[in-house]
Amino acid sequence: MKKDWPLWEVFVRSKNGLEHRHFGSLHASDAEMAIKNARDVYTRRKEGVSIWVVESKNIKASNPDDNTVLFDPADDKAYRHPTFYDLPDNVEHM
Amino acid sequence: MKSKELSHYIFGIADNALILGQRLSELCGHGPTLETDIALTNIALDLLGQTRTYYQYIANLSTDGLTEDDVAFLRKEREYRNVLLVEQPNTDFAYIIIRQYFFDVFHYMFLKELQKSKDVSLVAIANKSIKEVGYHFQFSGDWVKRLGDGTDESHQKAQQALNDLWVFTDELFHTSEIDKSIIESGIGVETTSFKENYYIQISNLLKEATLDVPEIQYFQEGGKQGIHSEHMGYILAEMQHMQRTYPNMKW
Repeated sequence: MKKDWPLWEVFVRSKNGLEHRHFGSLHASDAEMAIKNARDVYTRRKEGVSIWVVESKNIKASNPDDNTVLFDPADDKAYRHPTFYDLPDNVEHM
Repeated sequence: MKSKELSHYIFGIADNALILGQRLSELCGHGPTLETDIALTNIALDLLGQTRTYYQYIANLSTDGLTEDDVAFLRKEREYRNVLLVEQPNTDFAYIIIRQYFFDVFHYMFLKELQKSKDVSLVAIANKSIKEVGYHFQFSGDWVKRLGDGTDESHQKAQQALNDLWVFTDELFHTSEIDKSIIESGIGVETTSFKENYYIQISNLLKEATLDVPEIQYFQEGGKQGIHSEHMGYILAEMQHMQRTYPNMKW
C-alpha cells in the first residue's frame, strides 16, 4: 500500500508571526490525509499553529553541479550581510 | 455508599478507554504505515491519559486508600466494566478502524452529554477529553470511507469487519441499576437520548463509504456486568503482568 502513496513535504508555523518552516516529509494518499498525518507525526507536542503540505514532486531543487554559479560569487561580498548594524534588543526572531 | 456508586459508574466510562487504549497500544510498531502507526499510538495514549484522570478521581473518592494503579492493574476480570466491543482483537486493519469508529462516535456523543453533568470533576474530564475524541472520530471516519470506497479488497474487508462488530454496538448504550441512580441524580448521562442519532450518523457515513448497514437485530452484551469475551483474560494477563509479578513496583 505504502508504495502507492506519494511523498509530501511538511511545513509548520510554530507561532503566529513566524514563517512556516520545513519539518520533514511523510507519505499520504491526498493533501487532506497529509495534513492529518502531519498533525500526528510532527505537531503532537504542540509544535505548531499552522501546517502546509506540498507534494514533494512539485518542488524543483537546484542542481549541485550549478553550485559554482549559484553560490560562489557571494563568497567575497561580506557587505551584503547586515552585520554592520547594532540590532535593538527588542527585535526578535532575527 | 454514594461514592461507591459513583465509582461504579465511572468504571463504566473509564474501563472502555483503558481496554481500547491497551488494544491499540498492542499495535505500536506494527501499524500498516509509519503514519498510521503513530496516529493509532497517539489515540491509544489519549485514551490511557483519559483513563488516568477517571481513575485518579476514583482513587480520591475511595476511603480505603486505593491508588489509580490499584484500580487499573489489580482488579479481576469480573470487576472491569468495559463493553465487549473494545476488547475485540486487532484481526486486521479494517477491524481496528471499524471498532474504533463505532466507539469514537459513541464516545464523542457521550462526552458531549457528560459536559452537562452536575459533577464538576466529570465536567472537567469531559471538557479535556472531547477535544481529543473529536479528532479520533475524524481519523476513524476518514478511514472507514477510504476502506469502504477503496479497492475491492478493502471494501470486502471493511464490510466483513462491520458485519462482525455490529452486534457489539448496542451494549454501548446499556446501563446497570446503579448507573440509573447516578443518571437520575443528574451526574450520569442518559445514553438513550442520543442512541437514535448515533445510528443515523453511523449509517450515513457507512452509506457514504458504500458499505451496507447490517440488518442484524440481535446484539451481544455482558461486558458492562463484568461478563467478558474470551479475549479479556489475555488482555489483562498482559496488562497486569508487571504489577502481579512485582507488586507495588513503580516506574
